[in-house]
This record gives sequence, C-alpha cells and structure tokens, in this order.
Amino acid sequence: MRILNLLKIALKAISLNKVRALLTMLGVIIGVASVIAMLAIGEGSKESIRAQISSMGSNMITIRPYAERQGGVRLNRNDMQSLTMDDFGQLEGKTSLLSYISPQVNGSGQVISGSENWPSSIYGVDPDFLSIRVWEVTDGSMFTDAEVKAASKVAVIGQTVVENLFTNGEDPVGQMIRFNNIPFKVIGVLAEKGENTFGQDQDDVVLAPYTTVQKRILAIDYLHSIVASAVSEEEAEAAVANVTEIMRDAHQLSANATEDFEVRSMDELISTFSSTSDMMTILLVAIASISLLIGGIGIMNIMYVSVKERTREIGLRLAIGAKGLDILTQFLIEAILISITGGIIGVILGLSATYVIEEILRWPTSVTSYSIAISFAVCAITGIFFGWYPARKASALDPITALRYE
Amino acid sequence: MGNETVHALKGVSFDIEEGEFVTIMGSSGSGKSTLLHIVGCLDQPTSGSYAINGVAVSSFNKNELATIRNEKIGFIFQSYNLLPRTTALENVELPLLYNSQVSTQERKKRALEALERVGLADRIQHTPSELSGGQQQRVAIARSLVNDPVVILADEATGNLDTRTSYEIMSLFQELNAQRKTIVFVTHEPDIAGFSKRTIVLKDGKILRDENNNKVNQAADMLLAMPVED
Repeated sequence: MRILNLLKIALKAISLNKVRALLTMLGVIIGVASVIAMLAIGEGSKESIRAQISSMGSNMITIRPYAERQGGVRLNRNDMQSLTMDDFGQLEGKTSLLSYISPQVNGSGQVISGSENWPSSIYGVDPDFLSIRVWEVTDGSMFTDAEVKAASKVAVIGQTVVENLFTNGEDPVGQMIRFNNIPFKVIGVLAEKGENTFGQDQDDVVLAPYTTVQKRILAIDYLHSIVASAVSEEEAEAAVANVTEIMRDAHQLSANATEDFEVRSMDELISTFSSTSDMMTILLVAIASISLLIGGIGIMNIMYVSVKERTREIGLRLAIGAKGLDILTQFLIEAILISITGGIIGVILGLSATYVIEEILRWPTSVTSYSIAISFAVCAITGIFFGWYPARKASALDPITALRYE
Repeated sequence: MGNETVHALKGVSFDIEEGEFVTIMGSSGSGKSTLLHIVGCLDQPTSGSYAINGVAVSSFNKNELATIRNEKIGFIFQSYNLLPRTTALENVELPLLYNSQVSTQERKKRALEALERVGLADRIQHTPSELSGGQQQRVAIARSLVNDPVVILADEATGNLDTRTSYEIMSLFQELNAQRKTIVFVTHEPDIAGFSKRTIVLKDGKILRDENNNKVNQAADMLLAMPVED
C-alpha cells in the first residue's frame, strides 16, 4: 500500500517533467540499444563464420604429415612421405568413429580443353570425398571405387573450370580434357560451392581417382593427406583422439615421441575464428558500455539537480509527515523508472537497429536473449546505483532547512 | 558561531486547550519560528518537554515525529507550498498518501470534503497556477484539514495576501475554530491577532505577554463593512 502510494508519487513527479525525463532516458536508450546492436553484429558474424565452415563439412577431420626440419629448413608438407596407404588402411579398418574416409593427393597444373586452357588444381581422392566435403555432382556422376582401383583417367570438374574451359556453353560431360598433358574424360560436374571463408574459390578444382593422380601426374606412392568425417559433430573430438592413437600405433611411435603427423578438426578452426570475432564483440560492447555508463551518470546528474530544485517540495513532504525512507524510496523509484523505461525503449530501438542493419546493410546479425537480459539488468542496476546518492541526499534533508530553501 | 550556543527560547511554558484559537506574535528574532517548529514537531527542544494530545514527544525519533506530523498536525505556510502543476485535489490528498491506513477511495472522499469546507468544491481540478493567491491558500488549508489534525499551525498564513483576501482567510479560520478546530497562528501583524481569542507575545525568546482577547473581531463582519471593489 505504502510502496504503491510512493510509486504513484514518483510517477506523478516524472509526468510533471516529461521532456526532462525523456532527455535523461536518452543516455540509457542509446546505451542499451547500442549494446544490443553491437552484440547482435558480433554474434551474427560469429554464426556466419560457423555456418560457412560447417558448409565445408563441420565434422571433417584432416590428417597431414608433420613438416620436419632438416638442417634448420622446414620442409614442405607435401614432400613428406610419412603418410601412406597403410595408414589409410589402418584408419579405415580400426575406428568406428569415422563415417567416411578418403586419401588425398594434390597437384597443380594447366587444364586444357580444345583451344582453351586454365591453371587449376587436381585433387586425387576416392568417392567418399564428396560426402566428407558435403558436395554434390550436378551433372553426370562421380567416379566409382572400381575406377579408383583401375586408376582410370576420369575426372569430375568444378564450376570455375567449366566456365573457363567450355566457354561456348557446351556440355562438359563426356568431353576430354588434359591436365599437365594427361588426358582425362570428364564424367561429372560439381555443384557450385563459391568462395570459402578465406576467399578461396572452392570451384576451381578437378577431382580424379587418387590412384590416377599418384601414378600419372605426381609419380608418388605416398599420400598428401587423409580426409575423413566423424560420425557426428559431437563425436569429432573423440574421433580426433582415436585417429591420433591409431596413427601413433601405425607409425610405431613410443609414448613420448613427437608425432610425425597432424590431426585437425574443423572444430579447432571454428574456435580459432570464433575467438577472433569474440575479441571484436568484446571491443564493440566495451564501447557501447561506455555510453551506458554515461547514460547512468546522466541519471545521477538529473536526479541531483532535481533534488536541489525540489528542496522546498521535499521540505513540504517531510512537514506533512513523509519519513526519510519515503523520500529516499520516491527518488529511487523515479531513477529506476527512468532507467527501466529507457531500457525498454533501448531494447526496442536496439532490435529495430539490428533489423535495419540486417535488411539494409546485409550484415549478418543474431540477437541473443542473453544480450537483452544483460543490457536490461545493467540499466536497472545503473538506475539504482546512480539514483541512490541523490535520493540519499534528499532523504537526509532537515525539514526546516528544506522549507526555507530558496 | 562555532561553540557559542544560542538560546532561541528560554523558559517558555504554556498550554493550549482543545478548541482554542491562539496567535503567537513577535518581531523577527523573537523565537517564534523556533517555537512553531517545536509545536509542529519539526524540531526537538534541547531541554524541556512538549506534549501534544497528551503524548510527550521529546524522546521521539525522526520517524516517530514524522508520524505525529502526519496524523496530528496540519501545516499552513506563508507561501502556500503547493505542488506545482498538480491539481487542488491531488495537493489536498498528499498527506494521506503518506498514511498507509487510508484507502484510495477514503483518501479522495476526505480530500473532496476538505475542499468543500474551504469553499473550493468547484475548483478541484485546477492547478495552483490557475488559482488566485487566496484560493491557493484555501487549498493549503484544505490540505491541513484532510488528516483531521489535533492542531492547525499557520505560519504567517496571510503574509502574502492583500487585506481583503487575508480577512477572507481569517474568516475561514474563525469558521473552522467555531467547529472546535484548535488553531495556532504565528504572525507579526497586530490586526490579525485581533481575530484570535488569545495572543502570546514573544520577545528575545521569552514570553512577554500571554493574554486573552476580550473583544474578538469577526472577520466576516469586517469584510461586509469594507468598501466593495470592482
């Protein structure tokens, strides 16, 4: 009852000074709105990175040889011969945590078709590769295990290669191309995948059986890498551990020997990128928080002036029977009401700003409920914190002095 | 300044009975303000005692004094002290907002009654800036009546008003006194003292005179005798 009356008194006092209350709120409004918008931008870019990495195959695991030093010179990974088909066979047979697994050898060179030519890369893989990379063949078909076994000279080519070799729009499927002068028959075309997060054109690629690439193009019998996918994203970590164990076994490494290979999952990549964008988010929020702090100081300033200005009113209230606590509560309620109303308007403004950023600037955004909760809580606390001092001052006034105040 | 103690009141002792209309007079510095503050429970005497309605309040703390002010005393000030941009009704309701035992309906009913008693029933939605000085003081009087106080304390309540309006206000006070309201009126104008039944004159913190007034002027009659302004 009493608190309800005080709420009524505080509401009345605010409504008597609407413009001033609104201007006071402005600091809080801008602060809350910018915290929400900044968090949404940070969170959005994090999610978009995650989504892009996921599109590359979020549970993808890559096993590569570890590049050794020889006489102080770090060797090229691709020259290491430590990764072999034996390793591949061991991994394929011994773990249940991998759903797909494919050997991989890479080469680069010139692709030629008729009078057109184009510098590109060739990936020697097996048919599992498409499932690992979450990729599809839109035209024609992928080569088969039999063709891998036979080291057939067949290829599946990416969109960029299609565009640059078949400029007249003819159907590439069934055509012959030459990669470093080795003829391949095009049996399929890959779906367009676009650029990856690092700006690399993923469609500028020729896929061929790894056996063919090993023998015909590179003339090697080892592997550059083994790619696999864990049965699920949750199992990725366990799969990495399992793969590491099998590989150590296969390479007969003693317990304290350093590994001559490297197992990486997309998870690590995701967390690396997330931490970068986390830094950005923290920076943005720090800047936004400063405006929230200034908003709080604005409340303190106005409440302080208001206490001075309303000294006679406070004196009157004390004279007609208000207790110090009543005055304290009234001013505190005023401060909290101003900051909470500012907070609500700020949340609405922040959400609208986020919407505008998403719709007009086409930036990825993501509003999280915790960002709303945090900024709202902060502004309520700001109200109490910055409202307390002036309210305390008002309640400590002596009624006689206050009544005489000019 | 500093360590020097100023005795604003010395050896002042008197009783005010229920239904009395007392004016306290004195020049500036005579201690009448201090006396009013003690009578109004705004201040505590450093020594001596004060009882209101049979309750000795000398030992009361700030909050207990606030409750006494809220329930037993009605204040009227020279400068009205109404809340600006707030209707007459809301201004009169104010003391009851600090009394949690009064319900919303009860509060409104009592405020309306008080405004009726001061003759402002038709002005309840007016804000102070829409009212004349006399009307504003009537609102203040209604505010002092609304908690049905034991005593009404008026501090130079007619100080800001012209003669005619101050007579109107005095007439209202006499009317209220006729209804057995106890009134203590602090003033420095002798003609105002003429409307009360008893006058206490202070000088240098001591009571100079405390006498009953044998021929009380009736403010209503004097108003009739005044030339009508147009």
